[in-house]
Amino acid sequence: MSEIKLRRVDEYRWEVPREGAMRVPGVIYSSSRLMKAMGQDESPKQVANVAQLPGIVKCSLAMPDMHWGYGFPIGGVAAFEMDGGIVSPGGVGYDINCGCRLMVTNLRHEEIRPHLPKVVNTLFQHVPSGVGSRGSLKLSRSEEKRVLVEGARWAVKNGYGSQDDLDSMEDGGCLQGADPEEVSERALERGKDQVGTLGSGNHFLEVEVVEKIFDHDVASVLGIEEGQVAVMIHSGSRGLGHQVCDDYLAKLVKHVDRLGLKLPDRQLACAYIQSPEGRQYIAAMACAANYAWANRQMLMHWTGEALEQALGLSPRALGMRLVYDVCHNIAKIEEHIVDGKKMSLCVHRKGATRAFPPGHAALPVKYRKTGQPVLIPGDMGTGSYVLVGTQKAMEETFGSTCHGAGRVMSRAAAMKASRGRSISREMEDRGVLVMAAAKGTLAEEMPEAYKDIDEVINVVHGAGLSRKVAKLRAIGCIKG
Amino acid sequence: MKSYQAFDHTADLGLAITGASEEELFANAACAVFDIITDLDRVEAREMRRIAVEGDGREDLLINFLREVLYLYNGEHWLLKEIRIVRISEKGLEAEARGEPLDGQKHEICKEIKAVTYHQARVCQTPAGWTARVIFDV
Repeated sequence: MSEIKLRRVDEYRWEVPREGAMRVPGVIYSSSRLMKAMGQDESPKQVANVAQLPGIVKCSLAMPDMHWGYGFPIGGVAAFEMDGGIVSPGGVGYDINCGCRLMVTNLRHEEIRPHLPKVVNTLFQHVPSGVGSRGSLKLSRSEEKRVLVEGARWAVKNGYGSQDDLDSMEDGGCLQGADPEEVSERALERGKDQVGTLGSGNHFLEVEVVEKIFDHDVASVLGIEEGQVAVMIHSGSRGLGHQVCDDYLAKLVKHVDRLGLKLPDRQLACAYIQSPEGRQYIAAMACAANYAWANRQMLMHWTGEALEQALGLSPRALGMRLVYDVCHNIAKIEEHIVDGKKMSLCVHRKGATRAFPPGHAALPVKYRKTGQPVLIPGDMGTGSYVLVGTQKAMEETFGSTCHGAGRVMSRAAAMKASRGRSISREMEDRGVLVMAAAKGTLAEEMPEAYKDIDEVINVVHGAGLSRKVAKLRAIGCIKG
Repeated sequence: MKSYQAFDHTADLGLAITGASEEELFANAACAVFDIITDLDRVEAREMRRIAVEGDGREDLLINFLREVLYLYNGEHWLLKEIRIVRISEKGLEAEARGEPLDGQKHEICKEIKAVTYHQARVCQTPAGWTARVIFDV
């Protein structure tokens, strides 16, 4: 581990004591086992670095899937005051509104099993995936700008989905305040033909089966039952989002120098939320977030078409419906109570998921009683968890929880460890049919490169940041 | 000997690059990026593109330069085969890149590099020449 000294607070929390230029302490949610597995990872130092940023409130947080990023750690959560606080592109990440959506169907596991090769193959052909993948849709600049303002609403308006879908997404699939004039020509150019594409790396589309229900009452409200076939999609804002982050990072590195702000890492470049530069970034980030929602909405549409085609079913017989859609790389203006006082804060979640409690006004009416559905994908071919948000998350982590398994092995180390092995054969032996556009992706994304998802989930459940509802097991997987 | 080596960084790709001169270091860094993106043996130097970037010190210059180099592929779907640094100072550089547009039939894309980061970026002059370390988001 780095030179940071950690103090264990309780079973699930470690404190990074306030030292030097830190404005607040850091708090890491983890377990003894996960802390041990962290090894030489520099993420605790990154938690301390984030604590130095102006206007940070309460503490710099990290979730149990934390690992070494650049600037902010992956799995980091930090909230900043509107007055005197900052917004940081590096605190959101390159893949703005990278996120997950879960759809369930009327199908049972035994019904799909015999057709699985055909299903996976059809999905692979029908859903554009892979490095630099471009979709069948090419947007004019004016149409693209509408996507940036309207998000998933644009997709629904154009026949890709329904109003019900919009009700089942964080923020209704559209972040307010998006202004395409703050998005560069380069970003628009990269975005013109990538809406509705999965991308590469850790992004995937997975056919899953509900394996276990932990909370029957909540699961029934979410429409989830044991043995049911579901689909999980993990993708983001593609090249457009990467370019928005990169453009503003370059701009804000200079801005920070002009302000004379001393930062421990240039990747933490930021602007005061209320400054013109801060407002511009927030408006551009919202555009990228909306692009990502439109992207996932179209991926869902094509998934439905592929399943219908492969299985010879009508849309009604397939009965595919969206459970929820969450983003895990984002900064949002939210109301939170800090030291008994209601405050408007800019909450950064970089590799962390919002987990709002039952009764929260931001939740759709149908989930008002259960709390916000939280979707956590595991490593490739393992499956996923569905959880719900809690009041404790609201009190301790600005309504946030983990976002995935979190890497433990570098991509280079994974490539080395996979030499001479067939990862796709190994996955098949585990009952998961995998198709990938690039061979290298499978090796880099092999299960042992990630932390144990069960352990990560047990920490957030045990610490009360969210509650387990269901576990899903993968049976088919499309990788970029 | 390869003019670059990958080093371990949990989620991303770290590259340690070497060069006999500053010009060579920057040229090697650009070629390293494309060596990772594609099989360079299949890329031909048929077209020339000029690159001009400014920077505030060597690290900043290297990052801004790699940003432009990366955009050739990410934004323009163009593959770089070789590059010549025409002029370089701490404040800016001009370069001539040679390569060709991406052709799905001819070229293979091995890996996507999302972006170049400032995290722990270093450029150093050593008795043996020049070295740099950069972390990319992949």
